[in-house]
Amino acid sequence: MNALNIQDLNVNIEGKPILKNFSLTVPKGEVHALMGPNGTGKSTLAKALAGHEAYEITGGKALLDGADLVGLEPDEIARAGLFMAFQYPSEIPGVSIANFIRAAIQARLPEGENLQATAYYKELYDKMDALAIDRKFTSRAVNEGFSGGEKKRCEILQMMMLKPAYAILDETDSGLDIDALKIVSQGVNAMRGPDMGTLIITHYQRLLNYIQPDKVHVMWDGRIVRSGGKELALELEEKGYDWVKEELAAATA
Amino acid sequence: MHQDTSSAPTTTQVDILSGDTFQKHQASMPSNAWMQAQQAAAWNTFKSLPMPKRTEERWRFAQTVGLSLEGYTLQDKPADAEAILAQSAHLEDYAGRLIFADGHLLAKDAISEELAAQGVLWLSLEEALHSKPELLERYLFSLSTQLGSDKFEALGRAYARAGSILYVPKDVQVKSPFVAYHWASQEGASIFPQTLIIAETTSQVSLVDFYLSASGAPALACGSSHVHAGPGAKVFRKSIQNWSRKTHSFQSDTHTTERDAELYSLAVHLGGEYARFENDVEITGAGSHAKLYSLTVADDKQMFDQRSLQRHQAPNATSDLLYKNALCDTAKTIFSGMICVGKQAQQTDAYQTNRNLLLNPSAEAISLPGLEIEANDVKCSHGSTSGQIDESELFYMLARGIPKPVAQKLLTFGFFEEVIAKVDDPALADNLRLMVEEKFATREH
Ligand SMILES: Nc1ncnc2c1ncn2[C@@H]1O[C@H](COP(=O)(O)OP(=O)(O)OP(=O)(O)O)[C@@H](O)[C@H]1O
Ligand SMILES: [Mg+2]
Repeated sequence: MNALNIQDLNVNIEGKPILKNFSLTVPKGEVHALMGPNGTGKSTLAKALAGHEAYEITGGKALLDGADLVGLEPDEIARAGLFMAFQYPSEIPGVSIANFIRAAIQARLPEGENLQATAYYKELYDKMDALAIDRKFTSRAVNEGFSGGEKKRCEILQMMMLKPAYAILDETDSGLDIDALKIVSQGVNAMRGPDMGTLIITHYQRLLNYIQPDKVHVMWDGRIVRSGGKELALELEEKGYDWVKEELAAATA
Repeated sequence: MHQDTSSAPTTTQVDILSGDTFQKHQASMPSNAWMQAQQAAAWNTFKSLPMPKRTEERWRFAQTVGLSLEGYTLQDKPADAEAILAQSAHLEDYAGRLIFADGHLLAKDAISEELAAQGVLWLSLEEALHSKPELLERYLFSLSTQLGSDKFEALGRAYARAGSILYVPKDVQVKSPFVAYHWASQEGASIFPQTLIIAETTSQVSLVDFYLSASGAPALACGSSHVHAGPGAKVFRKSIQNWSRKTHSFQSDTHTTERDAELYSLAVHLGGEYARFENDVEITGAGSHAKLYSLTVADDKQMFDQRSLQRHQAPNATSDLLYKNALCDTAKTIFSGMICVGKQAQQTDAYQTNRNLLLNPSAEAISLPGLEIEANDVKCSHGSTSGQIDESELFYMLARGIPKPVAQKLLTFGFFEEVIAKVDDPALADNLRLMVEEKFATREH
């Protein structure tokens, strides 16, 4: 099945359950939004899928086009085609953006094949121009001293260069001013198409004005409690999460 | 068969510890009374001083037991001159070049007529003894590090022959760097590299010393360097050490900065079995700035023993030291740094940072930072960190699909970039990156 298909995923952090039978399917070609209050486990989902060792998967599956990611090393997961735009990207002193992305692309080439430097730089500059990132950034250390917005744009730059089959964008919109938000949205929309599935984690409806989601999911206490079309995001904006909470309480009462 | 019974076996004749060897060395030096007396005095100092013990403060944590000066010889000529010349080619653009091997001058690229006309001097020590003895009398051997290597420094002075003397007159700015190579090539060779840079008022100059081995043979190196930065002068000296893994080396560097001078010193340490590096800056002029950088890659059982002293004797000056070490296997590094601020050195800004990246938990990095402050209006700080590769940085790289060994390598090189970025010469910076990469490439993981 061509989808990112998460089935009954259970994830513990330091022994404490955070994701509880979490299930979600993002078919290839679609953009889904995942919303939910602070601390419900959205970033936990992203990091657990990325293979971070602090996030212990105690049960369930995460199928990428049918192949289970659970148990793979983080670099294997990335090369299998899942990209993560982090909520808080790390700073890497001394490693330039150009060398970093280059190493990531090189790792995807078949054994013995070398990346073509000229074509690489041309593509890198084109994408930087599209994201309004100054070309000088190629020689800057990854995320070091970047503003919040620059970090987020740098995440999208990496996504555009690596062309993943699936991407999870964790609050890429936070820290962006309205112009940057438009630019980043254009970048994401440009990649939208039958070959890519995207899950956008956000708190704000405003991003979804620029990137129209096919589906919206609401997360609560480690699982999805409600799914709907893009109007669900509007409803949430209007009524707040308490509305979901009340409905949930009524349903489980 | 004829046998010459009058001469002793060659090994005792050329053994550097024998008085005979020293006398032959003196006899072969250019006749200069001052130098003869200096070297004789140095020899006596060397003979009179005991080998250091780790119980001494300045040798704390050092592995002094295996440090022997026995068995090293003085070579009368270098082996394999052609190969050595061919390998002395890290930089294409230079103002002058001197190549020494096993203590002898192999080749010299003189300075341009233009620089000569401006009064720049670029001489081997032997040449300078003939043509500029007064310059040597004033500056050569004028300072000692006070960091503990007196015995080795004295040995180096006693046998000094291979050395570069660079003099830059007032207001002269030399764009391209000067380059000196000191090669050790033959089994058991001992070499005693000297560097002397005198930069007069508001002049600008840079020099790179390469300390290299042409073979894997054991060798001994006892070298000194002295930089005199005159008022407003700007001097950048780099040294790149990549001795054979069986070399023991003792390098003592001293610097003096006069008023408003800017001094940069950058040392790269890759080779040797035991390598001691002493770095001493004496800030004598108000408003001067000194930056001291060091980068070390230690692996296998290598031991790097680094001691530094920032001596502030004048007000409004700054000094900033940054030593970065990456350690693999069971290698060991010692950093012992001291900032001394005298009473008169008000408004000093002095910093000292030692960062150690432990790539193997069996490696050991010792950090001994120190401050001695007599002035009351100063900003001084020292800090040291030792740790492994940052887990979150590593995860971020893995999450982009970069395999773990590649990610570790990139992070390690990234650790050094902070120092390499200070190199003002792009060709040299690239060479340094290559040398660091080569050291990692030849490692068995
Ligand atoms: N490394 C960690 N160690 C301990 N607890 C953690 C760790 N990471 C997350 N948690 C906890 O797990 C829960 C879920 O956190 P998570 O970051 O996934 O929430 P989130 O939905 O992304 O929230 P936000 O909207 O604020 O980004 C929280 O209670 C949080 O405190
Ligand atoms: Mg989060």
